[in-house]
Amino acid sequence: MKQYLLKFTRQKIFWPLTALALFLVLNLFIDPGFFEIEIKNNHLFGSLIDILNRSIPLVIISIGMTLVIAKEGIDISVGSVLAISGATAAAIMEHQNIWLALIVALIVGIVCGFWNGLLVSVFEIQPMVATLILLVVGRGIAQLITGGQILTMDNEIYSFIGTGFLFGFPFPIYIGIFVFLMMIFLKKRTAMGLFLESIGNNMTASKFAGIQPKKIILLVYTICGLCAAIAGIIVSANVSSADANNAGLWIELDAILAVVIGGTSMRGGRYFLGGTVVGALFIQTLSTTIYSIGINPQIVMVVKALVVILVCLMQSESFRRSFANMGKKKVSYT
Amino acid sequence: MKMVDIIWKGNHVFILATTVLIILLYGYGSFTFTGFFSAQVFLNLFIDNAYLIIVATGMAFVIITGGIDLSVGAFVALISMISATLLEMGFNAYLVIVLTLLIGVLFGGFQGYLISQFDLHPWIVTLAGMFLARGTSFLINTESIVITNETYSYLSSAKVPIIGGGYVSIGAIIALLLVIIAIFIAKYTKFGRNVYAVGGNVSSARLMGLPVKRTTILVYMFSGFCSALGGFVFTIYMLSGYGLHLLGMEMDAIAACVIGGILLTGGFGYLIGPMLGVLSMGVIQTIIMFQGTLSSWWTKIAVGFLLFIFIVLQRLVVINRRRKEMEFSKELNVKPETETFTRKQLDT
Amino acid sequence: MVSEYLLRSEGISKFFPGVKALSNVSFTLKQGEIHSIMGENGAGKSTLIKVFTGVHKMDEGSIFFKEEQIDLDSPQSAQNKGISAVFQEVNLCENLSVAENIFIGREPKKNGRINWKEIKKRAEQLLLTRLNIKIDVSKVLSSYSTAIQQMIAIARAVDMSSGVLILDEPTSSLDKNEVKQLFKVMKSLKEEGMGIIFVSHFLEQVYEISDRITVLRNGQYIGDYVTNQLPRKDLVSNMIGREWDENSNHKEKQFKNLKSSELLLSGTNLARKGSINPLNIEMRKGEVLGLAGLLGSGRTELAKVIFGIDKPDQGVLYLNNEKIGSLNPKSSIERGVSFCPEDRKVEGIINDLTIRENIILGLQTKKGLLKYIPMKEQERIANKYIKLLRIKTPSIEQSIDNLSGGNQQKVILARWLATNPTLLILDEPTRGIDVGSKQEIRQLIFDLAKEGITILFISAELEETVACCDRVIVLRDRQKIGELQGEDMTESKIMDMIAKGDEIDETIPS
Repeated sequence: MKQYLLKFTRQKIFWPLTALALFLVLNLFIDPGFFEIEIKNNHLFGSLIDILNRSIPLVIISIGMTLVIAKEGIDISVGSVLAISGATAAAIMEHQNIWLALIVALIVGIVCGFWNGLLVSVFEIQPMVATLILLVVGRGIAQLITGGQILTMDNEIYSFIGTGFLFGFPFPIYIGIFVFLMMIFLKKRTAMGLFLESIGNNMTASKFAGIQPKKIILLVYTICGLCAAIAGIIVSANVSSADANNAGLWIELDAILAVVIGGTSMRGGRYFLGGTVVGALFIQTLSTTIYSIGINPQIVMVVKALVVILVCLMQSESFRRSFANMGKKKVSYT
Repeated sequence: MKMVDIIWKGNHVFILATTVLIILLYGYGSFTFTGFFSAQVFLNLFIDNAYLIIVATGMAFVIITGGIDLSVGAFVALISMISATLLEMGFNAYLVIVLTLLIGVLFGGFQGYLISQFDLHPWIVTLAGMFLARGTSFLINTESIVITNETYSYLSSAKVPIIGGGYVSIGAIIALLLVIIAIFIAKYTKFGRNVYAVGGNVSSARLMGLPVKRTTILVYMFSGFCSALGGFVFTIYMLSGYGLHLLGMEMDAIAACVIGGILLTGGFGYLIGPMLGVLSMGVIQTIIMFQGTLSSWWTKIAVGFLLFIFIVLQRLVVINRRRKEMEFSKELNVKPETETFTRKQLDT
Repeated sequence: MVSEYLLRSEGISKFFPGVKALSNVSFTLKQGEIHSIMGENGAGKSTLIKVFTGVHKMDEGSIFFKEEQIDLDSPQSAQNKGISAVFQEVNLCENLSVAENIFIGREPKKNGRINWKEIKKRAEQLLLTRLNIKIDVSKVLSSYSTAIQQMIAIARAVDMSSGVLILDEPTSSLDKNEVKQLFKVMKSLKEEGMGIIFVSHFLEQVYEISDRITVLRNGQYIGDYVTNQLPRKDLVSNMIGREWDENSNHKEKQFKNLKSSELLLSGTNLARKGSINPLNIEMRKGEVLGLAGLLGSGRTELAKVIFGIDKPDQGVLYLNNEKIGSLNPKSSIERGVSFCPEDRKVEGIINDLTIRENIILGLQTKKGLLKYIPMKEQERIANKYIKLLRIKTPSIEQSIDNLSGGNQQKVILARWLATNPTLLILDEPTRGIDVGSKQEIRQLIFDLAKEGITILFISAELEETVACCDRVIVLRDRQKIGELQGEDMTESKIMDMIAKGDEIDETIPS
């Protein structure tokens, strides 16, 4: 039975994985030392490690976003929540204990996510509109917390979260793996995955089957907020400062892109956490590649745009149909 | 006169609410700060926000059909970049204007085509459009280009005097004209009415034989045109082209629509609304500027709060309408039911 | 020569993935006649109408309008030909004004702009002269009741039509006087030479207004009758009576005597506005109770209220002598009530999920979010039911989308059997599936009943109801009109009840 399961995931994850591999190989041509990993002071260094390390905030946010998109939703406030949580941690740390700062930063994320979930599930406001509020207000709140300045943080434990090494690997990687495993656990060891995929695919039938969609929606948005907060801590810890204006700017777009590349449809239903991770890694590799080729880094945006359209067209049934029809017509004419 | 007509027709809570809001905010500003209550401060609202009024008006059409256009902010930046570059290369200023407007129409039309033809999510398509526009403007040039063209400089500094001693810019005039044209289109053309029908109920519109696909494409075309026009107005306002201009402006435009009473679920809203939305956001900004000690992020928080209030208000209106319908169906059924029920009881 | 037929269609077939919605259906409409199409849910009425209005493209067949072959590929093309329609759900835009709804797409213009005054004037006139309605046409549509909205839709269709008018269930939201008004309009249109296709599930209305009746069943054309030569009972029997081609040999039925058995469920004065009028229902343990009646009689609606998908406005429900406070699907499942819904595609299957997941879904919701059923257990359950119900699939990890209708139905059945229900509600469990699966599912119902599961059974096929049930409640126009059991429970008696209902209670508004 497991074989079927494997086969199935493999199919969905195949294309993003191939694309990722292709880009990695491409990098090898540009930079022959791309795959080299050095060991300095028991720490691993190298381009691959670097890409992995840098992509962690995006990976975590994308994982949260995957759940939201699985229920035909969207959360465009993740960037703002990321900024708020970083700012909160920084502000509290100025006078208080670091652990308190971490806990409060996470709680802030949960509260933001819960707020979004409340608007979507109870008030039945369209997800995009509901999260738009926090997107707009969020940056303002973050700036309010930081007082409009970039707060710098001077704490060893905190900077360890962003830059430290554990068993040779950068610490953020462990956080990323932990979040990923937690979500896998939720999907495979509780009924959340099943319920979420059901309501994302067919809301009416799910209600007939006794699922209570509101609770699941609330849960999913809360998790998404929490993920954004975790990413916020990592981002701010990485540079030891909280920038309310620029931290996580546009990360919501990258996250949506990562989810879609990973094979989860914007129309909800099945979701693929592994695919999302690969999608996020792909985006990071893409940026890194373009930087290392040395051409204008802004072309990343153009490439992203084209990739999004292409992926969505592939997912669009009417596109495939008209494509197929085109082929048919040609045959009938000849 | 038309405006009075619109406001008086009833069921125009949002327009009324926004107008009252602007008056209250403006009144507050006038009482608190010296120099606030002057014609020029008020006219500056139009001058400084002309481009936003134009873009938000284009966006309003899209939102009324139930869609969204996220590419507008990036597209305004792209237009500023294209204009600056072309002018630097020595193109005729008027040719540049026509060319950029044409690009806007084509770009918007292409987005609309993808959305309507392949049933793609407008959110995703216009998001890609946004990336594409920003990326392209950076591909053209990563630096800010200052415009020295004579025509543009002239247009930029031209002051149109208004009775009462104040003046407005060319951009503000264009914005006002566009709003008037938009109101006309929405009310008096088939296209305008189809926009409302599509936003009200797509499947009904289709069954009524209305050209749903064409309307969708046209709406995005119009939004593209407005972005390009807004881009032009913005360019003569700033006299520079830069790929980082107006980051996140699409959200301001959406917020302006929401505050101006354009229902995000589609089908409702008056085209005067976006302008009122922009003005109310502008007044808040001006107040915070006059206040001096409050930092600029309070604008975001205040706008966000307004947004929240209006979204909830919209929601309540929708819920209220639904409840009304239910009451209607009850009214219909109550009579016969009680009648038969009593008869049944008598029988047994 | 003027043709006798305004609209003529031959051999129309329409396929949807996995379903043959229409097969080889012919239909004719004469000038100046009102022609009813009758049939149960899924008989193909709506599909046929959607073909005529260009919403669905037919896969086979041809349509002639005034003996000229036409190609209907969009609602626009149908409207251009002069075929206009009013659909079951009001198909207007609620956000627009009444006048605009009538004229949108063909607004009169003056100096290049829409002439609102003219639209208003003409709309007022149209509503007044045609339908005798006087309302403020500049108000938005949503400020009027559904009935008025329906009339406005009819006004639009009448005004646009130039020959053929299609009315799909136009009367379901109208009261008696409004129906009378509508019929008056229809008659005057008929005098003018217009052909009207009328779809309704109200027998008396069909008999009152129509000249001819075409009966469809399971996507097949059953017959075309002149109304006053077709006794009501025959019509009912054509729609829901025994299938002519099927000579299934009846088993000798043993009637259980359940009078002494314990009461499982009892509802008093259960009612929900717009779906069922107050009625009482009792079910004894181990009983198979049937709900018989035509479409819209309240049979499905009653089941939905008992399961808790629709909340009752009044009345109380007792289960095992316990009063049920809050009624919702989850708590119903926890109490051992399961509901196998009528619309498999929309309410039953979850296409993306595998067979295994679809089967355990009900049990999982019963257990809750955190008590995850281990994979081994899931596989065991899935395999057990695949074997028990003989679901034909290569693997339990197949997507349910790949199964045939019958097998999908069995999966949904399995979902509910896996929850170990004490009361199983089956709404049209055999609809739209092949004869073999049908037989199997009927057999299963016998077996389940033997095991002591109480079953509430709903079917549009009377023969099936009679064969499966111990007792039948007959519903008509959202109310209970009778109850039959034992030897009394025959197809003919049920049909009598359904057909005669109107003659006895002429005063009951529908």
